[in-house]
Amino acid sequence: MNATPAVAALDAVVAGRMRRRRRRALITGSLALAALLVFAVTLMVGNTFYPLDEVVRVILGQPVPGASFTVGELRLPRASLGLLAGFAFGIAGSTFQTLLRNPLASPDIIGISTGASAAAVVGIVVLGLGETAVSFLALAAALATAAAIYLLALRRGFAGARLILIGIGVAAMLQSVVNYVLSKAAAWDLQTAMQWLTGSLNGATWERVAPLAIATAVLVPLLLIEGRSLGALRLGDDTAAALGVRVRWTRVALILGAVALLAFATAATGPIAFAAFMAGPIAARLVGAGGSPLLAAGLVGALLVLVADLIGQFALGTRYPVGVITGVIGAPYLVLLLIRSNRSGGTP
Amino acid sequence: MTDHHTLAAEAVSLGYGDRTVVDSLDLAVAPGAITAIVGANGSGKSTLLKALARLIPTRSGRVLLDGADIHRMPPKQVARTLGLLPQGPVAPEGIAVADLVGRGRHPHQRLLATWTSHDYEAVASALEATGIADLADRAVDELSGGQRQRAWIAMALAQETDILLLDEPTTFLDVAHQIEVLDLLTDLNRSRGTTIVMVLHDLNLASRYSDQLVAMRDGRIHAVGAPVEVVTAELVREVFGLESRVIPDPLSDTPIVLPRGRHHVQA
Repeated sequence: MNATPAVAALDAVVAGRMRRRRRRALITGSLALAALLVFAVTLMVGNTFYPLDEVVRVILGQPVPGASFTVGELRLPRASLGLLAGFAFGIAGSTFQTLLRNPLASPDIIGISTGASAAAVVGIVVLGLGETAVSFLALAAALATAAAIYLLALRRGFAGARLILIGIGVAAMLQSVVNYVLSKAAAWDLQTAMQWLTGSLNGATWERVAPLAIATAVLVPLLLIEGRSLGALRLGDDTAAALGVRVRWTRVALILGAVALLAFATAATGPIAFAAFMAGPIAARLVGAGGSPLLAAGLVGALLVLVADLIGQFALGTRYPVGVITGVIGAPYLVLLLIRSNRSGGTP
Repeated sequence: MTDHHTLAAEAVSLGYGDRTVVDSLDLAVAPGAITAIVGANGSGKSTLLKALARLIPTRSGRVLLDGADIHRMPPKQVARTLGLLPQGPVAPEGIAVADLVGRGRHPHQRLLATWTSHDYEAVASALEATGIADLADRAVDELSGGQRQRAWIAMALAQETDILLLDEPTTFLDVAHQIEVLDLLTDLNRSRGTTIVMVLHDLNLASRYSDQLVAMRDGRIHAVGAPVEVVTAELVREVFGLESRVIPDPLSDTPIVLPRGRHHVQA
């Protein structure tokens, strides 16, 4: 039924698409390399400096005096936690932002992270639960928060802008729960409290890394596969449906996957301020609108968290939790986006 | 093109919340022809188009694609037969024209499969048919309104469907670009045999460019048929509540509606 296109036009289409794909692959590869590099640096620097070859020997399981404990037991869990949590925050945030076509629709802005934090704080302080139980409590709370926001926003059809406004309100309510519980937990030291206010990699252990690692291994492939429909969904719900996407099903599947991933990350590190919020738009700007931003967003998130943690630990004289640093970077960006969306009437 | 796919509404009722917008409507879309749906604001014409594209559920009745209930068919299979260009679509910031057009290949692609040579051919031929092959690598947001609309039509063409539905494809375009888009759709209909159904605001353009005209009023079809037979002063009064005189267009012999307002009219 189709006229055969002119050879020149066909060649141009093939060449253009290949060029943009190569560019995306190059950028994604560079981001992965940079994340690996910062990961290695995180293992090397600290009170004592260990050269790369000693670090590698520790990772390979060979005994190295001094380094085996410092790198193997302290720095490696911390760096792994930062890498995984940043990756999870980035992918979860970018899924929400791309799906709802709005950078403000990040789960840490619309209350889902705060729901996970509130549950984690209650679980630790009030119920005295262990790491794994807290993870699952945070997961349940994040899913419940997401469901509540989704249903509240679902009056006569689905509207992204309404969901964001409701989410911001829900976030404020849940944040007051976190603050209240922490204020009653007098015996707890400031370190622990800070983790649930802004997120921190302090006190990282393998027991804390393990649930997040498993969640990442299961959920990220699911999101990347289901995320292939995001290209059509970005053109609007009607266009996506016309292109044969099961819009409602895909939307629910993507939201469930992203919320679960985010909940496991939040249970492990606390809500690292703005990590999910910033990674998506940076990645989208880097890879362009032609392909999926999810993988790049995960890598940007990992880079963001690892670099911010290095700065928080070593660059400022006093040690700050990673969430304070990402908060300082992210807050002005949030203000900028709010101003822009106000000018354009809700579509930044 | 001899074997056209068929699209029909059978006793279809549609609505939002408590409000019924379309009430027990029957329509057989003329296969291989251009159908224009016209009517006053709120007459249910866009709602009907959305139902034909299975974007909204029917309250009662069925939409039939090749005789089968469209809501019971696999979504990707429907999307290979029937395409839709919604009203005022928004492209992601910075997307290249060729990438936008490439989205039209979605229903033809399997999970994790790469592009076939036919995918590329479909995109290139859609770009050529819409006259924007030289803009393939440009960002959609840099284009003029008319070029942008052609890029969206190209996306729908790359979908390679036998039936194409368009919701007010000429809105927000100046008169030259309106004609350009309607000429382009006529080209497609004549060269590829594509069945076209479009909602149009402009009754004169609808009369000139359609083979089958559907005039809607209060959620029902008031008249359907060839524009020359259907468009009369009486119809315009009943459908739009407007007094007018209808004369033959000296350029195309199709009806032209001259509205009688309260001012400037001499007789």
